[in-house]
Amino acid sequence: MGGIPHDHYEPKSNAEKWLDSRLPIVGLLYGTLMIPTPKNLNWMWIWGIVLAFTLVLQIATGVVLVMHYTPHVDMAFASVEHIMRDVNGGHMIRYFHMNGASLFFVAVYAHMFRGLYYGSYKAPREVTWIIGMLIFILMMATGFLGYVLPWGQMSFHGTSVITGLFGAIPFVGESIQVWLLGTPNGAVGQPALNRFFSLHYLLPFVIAALVIVHIWAFHTTGNNNPTGVEVRRGSKEEAEKDTLPFWPYFVIKDLFALAVILTIFVAIVGFMPNFLGHPDNYIEANPLVTPAHIVPEWYFLPFYAILRAFDNTVWVVIFAEWVSFGIIDAKFFGVLAMFGAIIVMALVPWLDTSSVRSGRYRPMFKWWFAILVVDFFVLMWAGAMPAEGIYPIIALIGATYWFAYFLVILPLLGVIEKPTAPPATIEDDFNAHYGSEAASGEPVATPAE
Amino acid sequence: MFRKLTLTAAVAFGMTTGAAYAAGSEAHVEDYDFSFEGPFGAFDTNQLQRGLQIYHEICSSCHGLKFVAIRTLHDEGGPALPEDQMRAFAEFYEVFDPALFDGEGDFRTATPADHFPESSLSNAPDLSLMAKARAGFHGPYGTGINQFFKGMGGPEYIATLLNGYEEEPQCALDMESPMDGYYNVAFASGGYPDECKGSHGEHLYPGSWIAMAPPLYDEAIDFEDGHANDVESMSQDVAAFLMWTAEPKMMARKQAGLTGVIFLAVLSVLLYLTNKRLWAPHKAAAKRKD
Repeated sequence: MGGIPHDHYEPKSNAEKWLDSRLPIVGLLYGTLMIPTPKNLNWMWIWGIVLAFTLVLQIATGVVLVMHYTPHVDMAFASVEHIMRDVNGGHMIRYFHMNGASLFFVAVYAHMFRGLYYGSYKAPREVTWIIGMLIFILMMATGFLGYVLPWGQMSFHGTSVITGLFGAIPFVGESIQVWLLGTPNGAVGQPALNRFFSLHYLLPFVIAALVIVHIWAFHTTGNNNPTGVEVRRGSKEEAEKDTLPFWPYFVIKDLFALAVILTIFVAIVGFMPNFLGHPDNYIEANPLVTPAHIVPEWYFLPFYAILRAFDNTVWVVIFAEWVSFGIIDAKFFGVLAMFGAIIVMALVPWLDTSSVRSGRYRPMFKWWFAILVVDFFVLMWAGAMPAEGIYPIIALIGATYWFAYFLVILPLLGVIEKPTAPPATIEDDFNAHYGSEAASGEPVATPAE
Repeated sequence: MFRKLTLTAAVAFGMTTGAAYAAGSEAHVEDYDFSFEGPFGAFDTNQLQRGLQIYHEICSSCHGLKFVAIRTLHDEGGPALPEDQMRAFAEFYEVFDPALFDGEGDFRTATPADHFPESSLSNAPDLSLMAKARAGFHGPYGTGINQFFKGMGGPEYIATLLNGYEEEPQCALDMESPMDGYYNVAFASGGYPDECKGSHGEHLYPGSWIAMAPPLYDEAIDFEDGHANDVESMSQDVAAFLMWTAEPKMMARKQAGLTGVIFLAVLSVLLYLTNKRLWAPHKAAAKRKD
């Protein structure tokens, strides 16, 4: 795997040889588990395991919830209360599932920003990055669909708003909206609940399949690492100086990190399970009463802020409307901006022109990246605020920086920035980090990493 | 017209609490100390029983608890009524049974397996989940800090609301046709007369007009154990009871959470030591080479 020379599975007994010549599954598992992994991976490389665990957690708890849930507009809300009150352990299973969605997004955002900082998207790992972005989009779809199922006020009116976004697409929007909801005129009802339930069950398995492809892709290229320097592949001995096998070194390390994260997660589930949710969703859906402020779940807020940032007072929106003869109105522009914010992230392998992979050796990039992280949280906060007063302006500045980072700053930095020299090998980095210098208190690696 | 508005506002209210906080709206919520706050907090059984009595004698004339099964009054971690008392309680209530009267449906005396009846007044919201639905989780400025650090939530809001009835301000008394409903300083989203607004449309007085008449008054109920029965303590009792109806498994949940945290903390330590030991030779080698 990965073109990194290493030991392969050799069937020894006759039984092993018999199986291996028919189905080389043991060899596949061996190769996957024993993949040579750069030994200088830091703690930002643990999120993959957290994500894999969370996917299993969500599917396992979700399958149990489905056993007691009723996808009917008159019964869905009551069936969730039935789970919370009458099903053995149902309240814990549901709270795990509910907060599991938040854990999923905490982990995926950390995972993505890790990739953005250390240049994990750069050649030859573009396909891994693209598959990852597909998973992210499917996660958002699944999260949204799942939020509809309890059929509370936010479920219902959130569905109206989000499916309404598709209605903003010129010419075909209305048809798409009808197709999504199963009812005309943007009415959310039984057909929508039924299909959302079906898709909420389906998409996690699509995600699981894409996760396998994601892992396959980076097992082909080998892991990135904090230096961005490739593992030496000249000989097995050389490669072994840069790497350690995934089992047991990284499995144990990742499990330790997972245990710490789960401690915090279980504390949230046990002591404040509704903190991240919206109180309104404990009111049964009522089409006649619209909440004053429809706020999506926290993990959508940065993109929701971008959606709302471009109203018809912004000059680019006015210009777009004029130049397109009114086809691109403010609403559609907002939708384009929201999806565009994700698309520019997906295109980052080709937008980043720097020859150096890791942000650790890019003095200017570091600052712009730090601003991007701050920008992400500012957008999240602006998305939770009502669209009035100063908040739309903050959101607009935030959205502008988001696009500027990917479309202007990253391409330019590659040209104007003078990167520092990365270490020659991963082994050098590892030795410098754990060597006598580091032990005597002199920080070699940047502590922020 | 105004009546309709107040009704709509009363119904709409649940949708705006969190948002009202987010908008920096000023309706003040008192931070009461409830026994069930914090990771180790537990319901006070006596308080829940008092709250049940208040609900039974006062609230239930208009408000329902349709998600709460009467049998759960007997559950541990709740009001924990003895079984005979719980059964006796069921007989106070009449529920609609669609199977009776040849499938036409009819009312009959409730059994422990039945839920509490639904609200009997169309604009009185069901109270089962009120303590979670009006939690104001997101204040101030959408940060959720009050919830996080002070444990403030729905019960605080309910108790504040029940304590929030005050004399109407003079501007409202001066109006030709009086406001429908009752002035309540804690109720943010009811009707509000233009006469009480400033020159920029800002509200000169906190709160608004709520459709619900002041439900509690001092000594409205006599508790068997002679517990204080002023409005302030009764409002806290009924708020605590409604927290239980909204989250009947809270005790079990916190216990599971605590067990989980302890177990995972120990597991984390063990994995930390395993990891350290596992990597030690490689880190030592790095030190030698450098």
